[in-house]
Amino acid sequence: MVGREYGRVYAWDRVNAPMIRHWCEIMGIDNPLYTNPEFARQQGYADVVAPPGMLQVWGMGGLDQENFPEGSSTENNFEVLKVIEPHGYPAVVAVNSDLYFDRQIVAGERLYFTSRLDSVSEEKTTPLGTGFFVTVLMTYFSQQDAGDEEVGRQLFRVFKFKPAQRPQEKPAAKPAEAKAMKRPLPGVSDDTRFFWEGCEAGKLLIQRCTDCQTLRHPPAPVCIKCHSFDWDSIEASGKGQLYSFVVMHYPEVPPFDYPNPIGLIELDEGVRLIAGLVGADPATLEIGQRVQVEFHRFDDQQNLPQFRVVAA
Amino acid sequence: MTSMKTRAFAETQVGEHLPELVIPVTVTLINGGAIATRDYFPGHHDVAAARELGSPHIFMNILTTTALAQRFVEQWSGPLAVFRDIQLKLGAPNYPGDTMTFTGEVVERDEASRTLVVALKGKNSMGNHATGKVTVVLPA
Repeated sequence: MVGREYGRVYAWDRVNAPMIRHWCEIMGIDNPLYTNPEFARQQGYADVVAPPGMLQVWGMGGLDQENFPEGSSTENNFEVLKVIEPHGYPAVVAVNSDLYFDRQIVAGERLYFTSRLDSVSEEKTTPLGTGFFVTVLMTYFSQQDAGDEEVGRQLFRVFKFKPAQRPQEKPAAKPAEAKAMKRPLPGVSDDTRFFWEGCEAGKLLIQRCTDCQTLRHPPAPVCIKCHSFDWDSIEASGKGQLYSFVVMHYPEVPPFDYPNPIGLIELDEGVRLIAGLVGADPATLEIGQRVQVEFHRFDDQQNLPQFRVVAA
Repeated sequence: MTSMKTRAFAETQVGEHLPELVIPVTVTLINGGAIATRDYFPGHHDVAAARELGSPHIFMNILTTTALAQRFVEQWSGPLAVFRDIQLKLGAPNYPGDTMTFTGEVVERDEASRTLVVALKGKNSMGNHATGKVTVVLPA
């Protein structure tokens, strides 16, 4: 089925001002080129221009998604979804739409499109569920007396899948709302509790062996030098230098901001720790830069040490 | 609101950030956007149907996201920028009650054709709803 071409599907309506105006109204678009014929004519167009983002709209079936005007192909360009569905993949969601515009389209034009099934992926598992990515390429044409003219193209990709979970219906009085992501909390153990409690108090604490005075980080039960189990902690100055760093770009995991610079900090006391870098343009970070700790509170539930680049 | 003045190509530079656009995601926007784009898929207007699909609520359709991406770029470029493409990849769904914030910057600039590529993201509380790029041609 992949590679199959699907015939012409005609737009129900010519490109027209009322549908454009309704679309602009709900989308919050106030460009007069789309709604004011006089303005459009001043720009050299015969009538109002169709917003580029509407290209796909003209070829939509409407209430019955497969009902198109007479003369249209009766073959469904997404028929492969009906082949996949009975195997236990009921849900579908659009994941990519790439629109390409050859020229502006003006009210009065009559459009149609043709399609080609470009690809069906291997079975994939995503946070939504397990299923197949189906990609269809469409080409849009305008009917012209002198010969029909290509006006644009589209890559449309959907995910046909088995949902990962089906939420229980909730009482109408309590509408489901998207939950904002929070920062993950650290795993706190008897060895590390002092460090996180220090953070809550705005102090950067380093573990110290009470037998040989060796400092160590990250916290551990035994001295790395003399193997003593006895320890206490000292408060660090919070000053140090950038020993190394990375800048996270992808994937973007909420709730962090990207690009996300993360430093390996060598404290002046001699131990190193990993922490987020704040107020830094990632492009200007350099190994050896002086840094100073700051504590920032997140989600009203944790204080985290972060470091800011300071003058040498 | 779109400025009536169209940005001149010479006024732009690579690395330039577009002004943020904050979109409150409402039932009205999701419903109205779906119908204005002739998309009667039940998950965009019927909460029970959306739940059957594994969603907690109705979710925005890709044609509305496309329109909002156009709006984000157009509000900066002005009315006479000519769009060459709008390329979008969807991630976290837009559910009612959330807010989507568009950010973007000019990442490519071709003098000869006065063409700019804007890379953009529409981020909601769960992550990026949409990432992509838009190519526009500006007047000299």
